Amino acid sequence: MAVLVLLDHDGTAIKQPARSAVAAAGRLGEVHALVAGEGVAGAAAAAAKLEGVARVLVADAPALAHLLAEPAAALLVSLAPGYTHLLAAASADGKNIMPRVAALLDVPFIAEVAGIVDAATFVRPIYAGNALATVRSADARCVLTVRAASFDPVPAEGGAAPIEAVAVGELASPGRFVSAQLSESVRPELTAARVVVSGGRGMASAEAFRLLDAVADRLGAAVGASRAAVDAGFVPNDYQVGQTGKIVAPELYIAVGISGAIQHLAGMKDSKVIVAINKDEEAPIFQVADYGLVADLFKALPELAAELERSE
Amino acid sequence: MKIVVPVKRVVDYNVKVRVKTDATGVETAGVKMSMNPFDEIAVEEAVRLKERGAAAEVVAVSLGVAACAETIRTALALGADRGILVETQVELQPLAVAKLLRAVVEREQPGLVIMGKQAIDDDMGATGQMLAALLGWPQATFASKLVIEDGGLVVTREVDGGMETLALPMPAVVTADLRLNEPRYASLPNIMRARKKPIATLTPAELGVDPAPGLAVLTVVEPPRRQAGRKVETVAELVAKLRNEAKVI
Repeated sequence: MAVLVLLDHDGTAIKQPARSAVAAAGRLGEVHALVAGEGVAGAAAAAAKLEGVARVLVADAPALAHLLAEPAAALLVSLAPGYTHLLAAASADGKNIMPRVAALLDVPFIAEVAGIVDAATFVRPIYAGNALATVRSADARCVLTVRAASFDPVPAEGGAAPIEAVAVGELASPGRFVSAQLSESVRPELTAARVVVSGGRGMASAEAFRLLDAVADRLGAAVGASRAAVDAGFVPNDYQVGQTGKIVAPELYIAVGISGAIQHLAGMKDSKVIVAINKDEEAPIFQVADYGLVADLFKALPELAAELERSE
Repeated sequence: MKIVVPVKRVVDYNVKVRVKTDATGVETAGVKMSMNPFDEIAVEEAVRLKERGAAAEVVAVSLGVAACAETIRTALALGADRGILVETQVELQPLAVAKLLRAVVEREQPGLVIMGKQAIDDDMGATGQMLAALLGWPQATFASKLVIEDGGLVVTREVDGGMETLALPMPAVVTADLRLNEPRYASLPNIMRARKKPIATLTPAELGVDPAPGLAVLTVVEPPRRQAGRKVETVAELVAKLRNEAKVI
């Protein structure tokens, strides 16, 4: 039997965390990718090109327009009989929908899988990543979300999977989508960015994040923040990197004015290279940083932006 | 309308957890335990709804060992009216908790269940969605704003890249994200008052639920440690290292 992956998409392209979920799924069996939504032909075509996808299922219906949990879970449950595993990236949609699917199937839910031991045995972080638990399911069917940072995404090109429409039955949607207020940004998404520049409490104000923007512009980076910076109201919550925010693992993570609370480290310690800029040389962030610069960020950031420009 | 708020007893947010040497779990003996922070936000939201006249009663429910009654007391001190303890020695996992909560909800018939989006111990983030599924109720997870309007809910949710707003009929399950509110501190008079509020005790058997875990926890180990690197003296040196040594820019 095959495994089914619910793909995150924006209507035309497949999001990077979903490509990591496909990579994880490939370790478990033949991968069938589910593209659900309304008007998703473009995303389905993109899904067919993903390396490692054997078949693309398209569920295109008005009831799935904003992928509300109730109709999306009902759809997955209707498809479940053909699959040993149902998985998704641990994105907002994956976290919202997959536990509902698990309960409807009366099986445990396995969140944020970071390692696959065998078809029923998975490694996942607990206590904000301060411990790793290996768990084994006794059920024939597993429902899980995958921590994207732990699996290299499959290439976006290289596959040529057939696309087939699935019959979407009556999907009740008791809830109604009202509106979306998405942060307007020309930057890459935090969880998909190759470089992330994050600010913490040390930034001291919302205005100071413009200093980070200047560095991020030079590096094509996403801008993140610690929970302390979010709590202080410097930036919106979707900037938050950490246990209660987003988990990222970019090639380069630059932590500026971030002390390095456990909860923040949980969200970025799998980054390939970590840089810390902090005026307190005792800050715990230096214990995980590959390169540490003890400096006043209000001087260092403009210098960094200038140096990046100069040496380009 | 009645609101049910499930609250979980977890290792306190500020405790640095230690993995047991026999790799069976994390050390909880002699460790400070508190209410899961996200559940505290859920309690606060329920109490505010009651204070605004949108709810008549707030019932706090905790599941687990007898000491979970302390967690219920905390909720009562924050303004919940009464408590229900579902007492068991079994290590509860989200699906079992959801089944037990369904049984409690069927008895209590609330119009709304508000709970934390995840517990900071197992980081599963599943129980709210599972409870909604078992009840056949709509759900709004990761809520940062909740309004009761014309007998329905309008909930703003934290999603990737921003926020979205949903309208849901009630009854429904809402899970609280960080910015839903800032929980109050319990005042001394309210802590005293909470001692007199009732807590009923039930068992999984009385609720007709088998609480056995579906997942076997094979090992719990420490994650690999990251080695501290080195300090650089100047911004120019940093950029040079990133370019020539780490080759990431």
